[in-house]
Amino acid sequence: MEQAVKNEVFSLKNVSVHYGSSLAVDGVNLPIYENEITALIGPSGCGKSTVLRSLNRMNDLIPSAKVGGELLYHGQDMYGKDVDPVQVRKLIGMVFQKPNPFPKSIYDNIAFGPQTLGMKGNMDEIVEGALKQAALWDDVKDRLKDNAFGMSGGQQQRLCIARAIAVKPDVILMDEPCSALDPISTFKIEDLMMELKKDYTIVIVTHNMQQAARVADRTAFFTVDTSRGEGSRVGTLVEHDDTTKIFSNPADQRTLDYVTGKFG
Amino acid sequence: MANKIPARASKAASVAAAVNSSIYKGSNTKAEIQGMAFRLVLLSALGIALIMIFSIVAWAVVEGGARVNPGLFLNNPSSFRPEQAGYRPAILGTVQLITGVIVVIVPLGIGAATYLELFADRTRWYNRVVELNIQNLAGVPSIVFGILGLAFIVRGVFDLGFVVAAGSATIAILVLPTVILASREAIRAVPSSLLDGALALGATRWQAVWKMVLPSAAPGMLTGVILAVARAIGEAAPLLLVGAATFVTFDPNFWSDGYSALPVMIYSYAGRPQAEFHTLAAAGVLVMLVVLFFINSIAVWLRARFERTW
Repeated sequence: MEQAVKNEVFSLKNVSVHYGSSLAVDGVNLPIYENEITALIGPSGCGKSTVLRSLNRMNDLIPSAKVGGELLYHGQDMYGKDVDPVQVRKLIGMVFQKPNPFPKSIYDNIAFGPQTLGMKGNMDEIVEGALKQAALWDDVKDRLKDNAFGMSGGQQQRLCIARAIAVKPDVILMDEPCSALDPISTFKIEDLMMELKKDYTIVIVTHNMQQAARVADRTAFFTVDTSRGEGSRVGTLVEHDDTTKIFSNPADQRTLDYVTGKFG
Repeated sequence: MANKIPARASKAASVAAAVNSSIYKGSNTKAEIQGMAFRLVLLSALGIALIMIFSIVAWAVVEGGARVNPGLFLNNPSSFRPEQAGYRPAILGTVQLITGVIVVIVPLGIGAATYLELFADRTRWYNRVVELNIQNLAGVPSIVFGILGLAFIVRGVFDLGFVVAAGSATIAILVLPTVILASREAIRAVPSSLLDGALALGATRWQAVWKMVLPSAAPGMLTGVILAVARAIGEAAPLLLVGAATFVTFDPNFWSDGYSALPVMIYSYAGRPQAEFHTLAAAGVLVMLVVLFFINSIAVWLRARFERTW
């Protein structure tokens, strides 16, 4: 009953992704709810990053990638013929595995998005607001003109989150955002995510099961399906549920094996 | 279990003995000699290159140094008074030529490289044909471009006549493949995470390329332009075909007939029987080196500025 009142931001219905002629992911049925953190977990090659990148049409940048099935964003077909992927990416921001600040000042890193999109308003306020929301303001307020490469890895990643927030998105996608960070920076990012989910819907891909257990409201477990003939490795969604259920009492044996560390 | 302990202990002892004899210098003389020989080979490769460059410059200084005076830069050429002849029209001709070349190759070279690297769909056959052709064009002898320039730029389609502009256009086509290849390398060296980061914020592909990728690639592209310009300054053969006459005693004009260029002028002086003209030719080499140094300094300064502000 509870799920009925939640808004579905994304509804994936039998979604598949091809790279050229090879099928990367198939048969993904997954709802993603508003103001929740949804974690996508699973072993390497299970297609979780591929699914994440199809949520803001970053897969379009790979010419051979082709998304099948139905991917609804607030009920709209995101891969409809008249949908502009640029407009989609304005609403659905992304934070990458490796922090990728622009080779500019901290200030310009944040201002780039709003400036490029022609957002109205006082740029200083936009930058300050985004940095405050990313819990980075106190660290950097005295060196906004410094190059972003001078920051630590964890700060760089929070800068990338601030950069994504600055364009006022609806959803933030995070592709293993902490895999290049130390535990303390990781903790700060997780803290930040808990804060951010009040305003945004977050989807995170992670290799770190504890991380999923700590931050995610819902978890989707993907695995590699090798049963489709010789040499085929197709990613597939095994199940999705409340995170506590996935980690304590999953419906599928493969999920249980994975979350208890028997494989992966 | 008990009998394993002495075995391990003796292994440790033998490792210790081996370490004692091997961690010091001189324990592997063969490898050390190989290493030294390798360094010697590398050094001599560098040395030979340096000696050749140095000897050319030294020759020019010894032969032509005495002739270096303001007149060398400021006077018009003369076929009968070598002691007063200068390179004025050739210098002006070369500077105009090179300016024209830069104006053409910067937008065309960077534009073509950007298209090929960031926009072209490599699965399309025509894009692959273009790529292959650009690589081949970089190896075509320059005289071929001279004939092309004569047929299509001086006469034929563009019908510009024997003007500096025609020379510029011909040389620009000649060095364009170099600029495109260098610019592509520069673009390829920009991490794709920059482009992804900009696109993920909702920038259009055009915005991401213009504001993020091209500024990052600019220093590398400038290096390509520097190399191309250095080559363009030294080209004589194609210019002979597109109107760089050896004797011009008036200042060239970009759009009207009659111009000369430094390498053409040097060649003309060097071919004369009198020794004074040979001195003049050597001094001309020095003039060319000065012009080249001047143009390259500007480019290096520009590149340094780009790297700092970026």
